[in-house]
Amino acid sequence: MQPFIEVKDLSFSYSLSEQEKIPVLSHFDLTIEKGSFVAILGHNGSGKSTLAKLFNGLQLPDSGQVLIDGKDTADEKNILDIRKNVGLVFQNPDNQIVATIVEEDVAFGPENLGFPQAELRRRVDEALKAVDMYDYRKHEPHRLSGGQKQRVAIAGVIAMEPECIVFDEPTAMLDPKGRQEVMNIILKLNRQLQKTVVLITHYMDEAAQAQRVVVMDNGKIIADDTPHAVFAQVELLKSVGLDVPQPTELIYQLKKAGIAFDKDVLTDEECLEALSRKFSEDEHCQ
Amino acid sequence: MLNNITFGQYFPADSFVHKMDARFKLLMTFALIVFAFVAFNFASLGLVAVFTVFVLLLTKIPLKMYFRTLKTIFIFILISAVLNIFYVTDGTLLFSYGIIRIYTGGILRAVFVAVRIVLLILISAVLTYTTTPTSLTDAIESLLKPLSKIGIDTHTFAMMMTIALRFIPTLIEETDKIMSAQKARGADMENGGLIKKIKSVIPILIPLLVSSIRRAKELADAMECRCYHGGKGRTRLKVLKAGRRDVVATISVCVLLTGIILLNIFI
Ligand SMILES: Nc1ncnc2c1ncn2[C@@H]1O[C@H](COP(=O)(O)OP(=O)(O)O)[C@@H](O)[C@H]1O
Ligand SMILES: [Mg+2]
Repeated sequence: MQPFIEVKDLSFSYSLSEQEKIPVLSHFDLTIEKGSFVAILGHNGSGKSTLAKLFNGLQLPDSGQVLIDGKDTADEKNILDIRKNVGLVFQNPDNQIVATIVEEDVAFGPENLGFPQAELRRRVDEALKAVDMYDYRKHEPHRLSGGQKQRVAIAGVIAMEPECIVFDEPTAMLDPKGRQEVMNIILKLNRQLQKTVVLITHYMDEAAQAQRVVVMDNGKIIADDTPHAVFAQVELLKSVGLDVPQPTELIYQLKKAGIAFDKDVLTDEECLEALSRKFSEDEHCQ
Repeated sequence: MLNNITFGQYFPADSFVHKMDARFKLLMTFALIVFAFVAFNFASLGLVAVFTVFVLLLTKIPLKMYFRTLKTIFIFILISAVLNIFYVTDGTLLFSYGIIRIYTGGILRAVFVAVRIVLLILISAVLTYTTTPTSLTDAIESLLKPLSKIGIDTHTFAMMMTIALRFIPTLIEETDKIMSAQKARGADMENGGLIKKIKSVIPILIPLLVSSIRRAKELADAMECRCYHGGKGRTRLKVLKAGRRDVVATISVCVLLTGIILLNIFI
C-alpha cells in the first residue's frame, strides 16, 4: 500500500509565552495508507485535534516532518495543494459554515481554489448529492438540524475533491439520528468514493467500523492495530480512561466472572454468536 | 423568544424580483425610498403604493410574511402617525379638549405619514426577502469597487459583512440559550430599576463574548482549511450579471419617477 500521510519523528508544543510551553506531541511517528479508514481514539487533551491540524499545515511541527503524498507541510509553496488534498471537518458545524445559503457555503472551498463557474457548479451539485442535501441547496444553514448542518460542512470539504478527509469528532454535538447520518456518509466516502478517511472520535462503536484503530494517550500512540486486536486489550484501554464497545464489554465482564470464551467480539452479531455457542455447549455438557 | 424576527431574512422563491441583479435591486430600493419621501401628496404617494404592492405580488412571497414584519413595528408606526395629528392645524376643527385640538388636516397628515412609513418598510423588506445576504454583500462589494483604486480593501470589507450576517442568527440563538440558563439559575431580568437591569445583562454578555471569540477562532481555522487566502484568485459560484429583467425594472422605475413628478406638480 502507498502511504498518503507520513508523520516522521514529529514534536510539537503550543507556546503560551517565551518560557511557557505546553508539549503535546514528542517524537511521534504515524503512517496512513492511501484509501484506508483509520480511527484515532484518546481521551480529552491527548493531542488528537492538534495532530489533525498538523496534517494540513494549520499547525507546523517544531521538529520532524509531516508529508502529504510526499509533500512537506512546512513548505509554504505546498500549503494550498495540501489543504486541497486533506480536508478537515470539525466538531461544531455552526463554526465551519461561512455563507448564508447552503450551496454558496459548499462553493466556498472551490471558489478559493479559483475554478471557473461551470466547474464550481458541478462540484457543488455533486458534493451536495453525495451527502444527500441537494434538495436543501437554497436553504439557510441556521434553519437545518445539527446532522444536516454537519452534512453541509462535509459537502464543503468534498467539493474541494480531496484525497483524504480528516474528521475531528464530527458527531460529538449531534443527536443519535444525526450521528447515524454522518457516520453513513463517512463510510460511503471511504468504501464507495475511495477516500482516505481519518476519524477522530470518542464513540467506540464508530471506531469499531474502521480498518485500523490508533489509540493515543498523552501525545503517544499506545495501541495501533485492527479494531479486533485493539479492543481485545480491554485493560489497557480502561487504564487510559477509554471504554470498549458494549458487546466487547459484555464478554469481558463474563470472562472476568469465570466463563471462558475463546474469541473476542466487536459487533452485536459476533456477541450474539459467541453467546449462543456458549449456551449450546452448556446444554451438551448437561 | 428572539427567533420570530422576520425582518432581514431571505425567502427563496423563483420570481422576477429574486432573479434580478442584486446591484440593480439595491440601487432601485434606494430610489424607491427616495421616491416615498419626495411624493408630496396622496396622489403621488398612492402611485408609489400601487407600484410597491405590484412588486410585492411579483416576489411570490406570501403576503403574510410582509404583514408579520409590519406587525412587529406597528407601535412605532402608530406613534409617528399620532404625533402628527397634533402638529397640523389645517382644515376644520373636529375635536377640542383643553389644549388638544384635532383638525381634519391632522388626521390626513397622520394617515399620510403612516402610509409613507409602511411603504418604506415594505420596500426594504422586498430587498432583504428576495436577495441572499451573499448577493447583497457582493452587490455592495461591486458598487464599492471604485474605492479599491484608492487603496480600500473592499473584498475584506464584503467578507466581514457576509460573516456578520451569517452569525447574527447563531448569536441570537445563543443569547436565547444563555438567557434561559441564567433564568434557570434564578436570574431576574424583567424587574428592577435601570442599574439592576444593566447588571443582569452582564452575565449574558460575558459568556456570549467568550463563546464568540472561540467561534471566531474555529471559523478562521475552518476557512483556512478550505484554502481561503484572501480575495486573490478567488472565483464565484454566482456572478452578478445584469440582464433584460434589470433593464425592464429600471425603465419601470423611471416611468414611476415621471409619474410622481407630474402628480406632485399638477395635483
Ligand atoms: N490553541 C491552544 N493553545 C494552547 N494549548 C492548546 C491549544 N489547543 C490545545 N491545547 C492543549 O494541547 C493539548 C492537546 O489538545 P488537543 O489536541 O485539543 O487534544 P484532544 O483533541 O485529544 O482533546 C491539551 O492539553 C490542550 O489544553
Ligand atoms: Mg479535540
